[in-house]
Amino acid sequence: MKSLGSIRRSFSPWTDPAAKPYIVFENVTKKFGDFTAVNNLSLAIYEREFFALLGASGCGKSTLLRMLAGFDEPTSGRILLDGQDLRGIPPYRRPVNMMFQSYALFPHMSVEQNIAFGLKQEGMPKADIDKRVADMLKLVKLEQFAKRKPHQLSGGQRQRVALARSVAKRPKVLLLDEPLGALDKKLREETQFELMDLQQNLGLTFVVVTHDQEEAMTMADRIAILDKGQVMQVATPAEVYEAPVSRFVANFVGNVNMLEGTVAERSEKTATITGASGAQIRVENAGDATAGSTVAFAIRPEKIKVSSRKPDGAANVMEGEIYDLAYLGDMTVYHVRLVDGQVVKASALNSSRITEDPLSWNDKAWISFAPDAGVVLTR
Amino acid sequence: MAETTLATAPSASPAAVPQQGTWLAALTGRLVIIIPYAWLLILFLVPFLIVFKISLSQTAIAMPPYSPTFDLSAGITGLWESFREFSFDNYLWLTDDPLYVNAYVSSVVIAAISTFFALLIGFPIAYGMARAPATVRPLLLMLVILPFWTSFLIRVYAWIGILKPEGLLNQFLIWTGIIDQPLIILNTHTAIFIGIVYSYLPFMVLPLYSALEKMDYSLIEAAQDLGCPPISAFWKITFPLAMPGIVAGCLLVFIPATGEFVIPDLLGGSQTLMIGKTLWNEFFSNRDWPVSSAVAVILLLMLVVPMMFFQQAQAKAQEQGR
Ligand SMILES: Nc1ncnc2c1ncn2[C@@H]1O[C@H](COP(=O)(O)OP(=O)(O)OP(=O)(O)O)[C@@H](O)[C@H]1O
Ligand SMILES: [Mg+2]
Repeated sequence: MKSLGSIRRSFSPWTDPAAKPYIVFENVTKKFGDFTAVNNLSLAIYEREFFALLGASGCGKSTLLRMLAGFDEPTSGRILLDGQDLRGIPPYRRPVNMMFQSYALFPHMSVEQNIAFGLKQEGMPKADIDKRVADMLKLVKLEQFAKRKPHQLSGGQRQRVALARSVAKRPKVLLLDEPLGALDKKLREETQFELMDLQQNLGLTFVVVTHDQEEAMTMADRIAILDKGQVMQVATPAEVYEAPVSRFVANFVGNVNMLEGTVAERSEKTATITGASGAQIRVENAGDATAGSTVAFAIRPEKIKVSSRKPDGAANVMEGEIYDLAYLGDMTVYHVRLVDGQVVKASALNSSRITEDPLSWNDKAWISFAPDAGVVLTR
Repeated sequence: MAETTLATAPSASPAAVPQQGTWLAALTGRLVIIIPYAWLLILFLVPFLIVFKISLSQTAIAMPPYSPTFDLSAGITGLWESFREFSFDNYLWLTDDPLYVNAYVSSVVIAAISTFFALLIGFPIAYGMARAPATVRPLLLMLVILPFWTSFLIRVYAWIGILKPEGLLNQFLIWTGIIDQPLIILNTHTAIFIGIVYSYLPFMVLPLYSALEKMDYSLIEAAQDLGCPPISAFWKITFPLAMPGIVAGCLLVFIPATGEFVIPDLLGGSQTLMIGKTLWNEFFSNRDWPVSSAVAVILLLMLVVPMMFFQQAQAKAQEQGR
């Protein structure tokens, strides 16, 4: 993690009303025939931001990047880069480089030549090119593969060449389409931190596409969750996780329990939700939920406590039995079947080696949680 | 090549199949290699040796019109006598007479120019086909092959009707007012170029198409993304990647065009000198089989030797790439 944490914490231009966004998507729509891949989407990305686009396959992530890089023009709407409308500017004149999902390495050129390609286009002097290529090779740990052709590399090595080639020009904006998809878990985690370092050190703006939420959470300053060509939420990883704005986002990022019900009572801050079986849930931060409306109470498994005796003094307590449990080493995941039949997931850290209060299959159990442990979702 | 196939063949059969499967696989592996070699031997090497033998003989007023002819009944000594009659006189004769040298040179030049134009015209066609939607590609391929359904001779004759002074082309140009005197195209080199380019265009387009179709279009996008304008991207990416197709297409046009006989005869008139025509004359008009065989052998060497060098260079380049 190094020094990244402190720099990151102080970086939040999106909260500053005076800050001007660097990349702006304004009501962008992209249609292929009568299929709408991107639907009236608006986004603002700030300079030096590490921005992640997260969404299921086919939701339009690559299409967004391609429009930014200039390979596709929006059917309607505008894309601005540093205040300039990009419409009509060809890809080779945009200060944007892209790492392709398919890598798109030039098969007739060696690793070195691939990396040097963009620099030669710029007319950089030979000695500088050599130096930059050497730096890039070192960065992606491919020094001994400089003379190889792409077809003589493994999938992960190719991906690193593609990365080096796109970073080599030090573009103002780097677009990365699934940059780490082909790497194994360990290399992937290492590379995530290398990418973050790189972005910090070079002061670049990164827009990275991924469908791995953990990756997005690790690397990004902010995440945009996309679904069917629309933005569902744009927020920091913590906000997306702790304060999702809709059922879709809550479900998409991490594990979540959805307790459906209607709002029985509403005061300024608190609300009471009546579940299907009549159980009452007392919550704070009820957002815009009005009395009588149908809502979901979304609560993460780690925020629910499971115990074999009825806990005293907890705001919300529900009775059930252990339906399933999984011991994962660092924590245990319990599936508790409530009296109304709904199964709730709860996880507990195994902070001591032996639990005093062991729970087993079919044991009677109580779950409890604080009023502010979850969020009320109206959408 | 033989070794690799033999080595991989046994391992390709599942381990569960006992010994029998392995040798069967080995045998099939061997057969697969033997077939093309047998083909070459029977249909290329043997006829070539016969032609080469005739080229070393002398003309004779006989049937066949050369001597010596092998007579197996004369036994070993008879054969030996025949061998002693062989000479390279015909080849010396070819180098003596400038007619032949000129015919060779002019054939190569005409073939080279035609190949160049075929490439120039064929490339955009192949490129367009490769970039067309996948659904219309089979139709376009069909259109390229379609002319083969009519006889080659008829198609060349048709060009006479188009190119002659009062032909379709001139009528059209005069009608549009572009010219007022008919252009003389028929019986010139231009007519030969047109004929060769037209006839051999499919042989250029097909290998180009197959090379271009394999190319991933995102490579061009990647090049543009790295700051390369489209024209430059063409020369740096598309062109080198299409190289195998370009080479194959050029060889497929250049080789038959060098020995082409029908097109220069029908479209080029009497004054064009091409080696195919010379060969025909020697063979059928002069009935000089040995000299015409010598002409054929030299033509073959002229085409095969550069090709071998070229292939060796390519193999070497590939080796270095590894
Ligand atoms: N050229 C095209 N013609 C027609 N449809 C297209 C085209 N390009 C993309 N699409 C469609 O647009 C939608 C979005 O595609 P896109 O490539 O942006 O998805 P993605 O979010 O990047 O998915 P993945 O995670 O699988 O890469 C898909 O349904 C796709 O089929
Ligand atoms: Mg994609």
